[in-house]
Amino acid sequence: MKNIWSLMKKEIGAYFSSPIAYVVISGFLLLVGYFFYSLVLWFNAQAMQMAQNPYYAQQININEMVFSPLFHNMSIILILVAPLLTMRLLAEEKKSGTDELLYTSPLSVGQIILGKYFAALVMLAAMLGLTALLSIFAFAFGNPEIAPWLTGYLGLFLMGATFIAIGLFFSSLTENQIVAAFLTFVTLLLFLVLNWVASSGSGTWQSVLSYLSFSQHFEDMTRGILDTKDVVYYLSFSFFGIFLAHSVIQSRRWR
Amino acid sequence: MIEVQGLTKKYGELVAVRDLTFKVEPGRIWGLLGPNAAGKTTTMRILTGYLPATAGQATVAGFDVFNEPDAVKRSIGYLPEVVPLYLDMTVSGFLGFVAEIKQVPAAKRKAAVARAVESAGLKDVSHRLIKNISRGFKQRVGIAQAIIHDPKVLVLDEPTIGLDPAQIREIRELIKSLRGEHTILLSTHILPEVTQVCDGVVIINEGRLMASGSLEELAASFERKDGVILKLRRGGAEEAALLRAIPGVEKVSAEGNELRVEWSRGRDLRDDVARLALDKSLGIQEMRSLASIEDLYMKVVSGGLEP
Repeated sequence: MKNIWSLMKKEIGAYFSSPIAYVVISGFLLLVGYFFYSLVLWFNAQAMQMAQNPYYAQQININEMVFSPLFHNMSIILILVAPLLTMRLLAEEKKSGTDELLYTSPLSVGQIILGKYFAALVMLAAMLGLTALLSIFAFAFGNPEIAPWLTGYLGLFLMGATFIAIGLFFSSLTENQIVAAFLTFVTLLLFLVLNWVASSGSGTWQSVLSYLSFSQHFEDMTRGILDTKDVVYYLSFSFFGIFLAHSVIQSRRWR
Repeated sequence: MIEVQGLTKKYGELVAVRDLTFKVEPGRIWGLLGPNAAGKTTTMRILTGYLPATAGQATVAGFDVFNEPDAVKRSIGYLPEVVPLYLDMTVSGFLGFVAEIKQVPAAKRKAAVARAVESAGLKDVSHRLIKNISRGFKQRVGIAQAIIHDPKVLVLDEPTIGLDPAQIREIRELIKSLRGEHTILLSTHILPEVTQVCDGVVIINEGRLMASGSLEELAASFERKDGVILKLRRGGAEEAALLRAIPGVEKVSAEGNELRVEWSRGRDLRDDVARLALDKSLGIQEMRSLASIEDLYMKVVSGGLEP
């Protein structure tokens, strides 16, 4: 546990001693801020119109009209951002030869990988946490429901954790950061849209593909539905990514 | 302190280390000498637990490298050939991190860093970023990270490679100053490094053991004959014949302007050779003892010596 903590501290320090953390966090905040602003503008215009009609006035819902689309947008941005957070984690150690220091220290491969994984999770949590500040305005001047907002953020965090685990795996495969980032991006995008083909398929295939797709499990969470099977999906996907990264490192040393 | 028995490492078809056996005594500095691609780095990586061996045994500080890797890693300090440095960290920050992962207890970490900074001579740069310090200082940081947890054994892979002559001398002095407290195995392809720094040597070539032992032992066992190598302004049959005429000289062989003069052991004809060379003004440029470790190494490298 102490070893994981040591590595985690070092990795977080590395994020902030290079421009990566600042560039990625501010870019992410800029995009999310822009999306939030445009959604609120649209929501205002819609609400104004709908309020004219007593039937529609009932249906004005800030959670569905602002937060749900915002969370979807954020999940797409995360697909771009996660590879940037994970690309250097293992690839750079290999390239600069510092992996030799880590693997000849009394640390297990599992501790090394988990330390790096948790460091990236902290970055993710910090980024999501900062965007949550935007919602203060919505809560101050409106009355959104808190539950769907919370499950939406939980969904984003779980999905981001899965992205990071996949990124960690690709970072273990190569010493080239760009290759690691690009492969992560391609994989994440593929898994996000896996349910597109599912809609025109049938039977088992359809259900397997739509089960594997990221977006299927995220959908419910943005609406305030917290299902254990979605949580299990993200956790097992993350575990799988970490396990693969662990196997790659372990096998490399035994070759 | 370090014992290697029948160590073999194969990378697929390629045999990097073949049936290597040697021993390093506690508190001494041992050199692992061989030309490039002789298997030095592979041997060190196996000892430090970075790579597993294909066959054979190795113990470091009494622990088996394969069965007790964590105990071995705790008692070994390792400077890889490519010095592992996080360039964005400060020197003391980096050493603090290494102390942490080498399991130095939290209470002793500060003292450990201070001691390593002190003995590696890093006081002036300890607060600077590693990317901004010179190559020689980077090498010192490499040595500092190896000694941070006060290991019994130090394994240094080509510690002076790529440094300028002044830095090389400094690093060698630093390594010598660690003798006694630590058992040191250092690899090199430069012979003078062994004769200047080490107490003993393991010579390998193409993964095979060529010779091993303390410098005195080796010198004695390979000296079947005494003699000198004489470097003259101009060497040739004429000069060789003159030297051959000295009473006691058994053999003279010329190679360019270097003449190899041999006589049987127990005699010392160096004075006679020198006197002749001066009398006939042959133009001595260099005269060195034959059967030095240098000749041995040259034979090993040129493939003239069978193990």
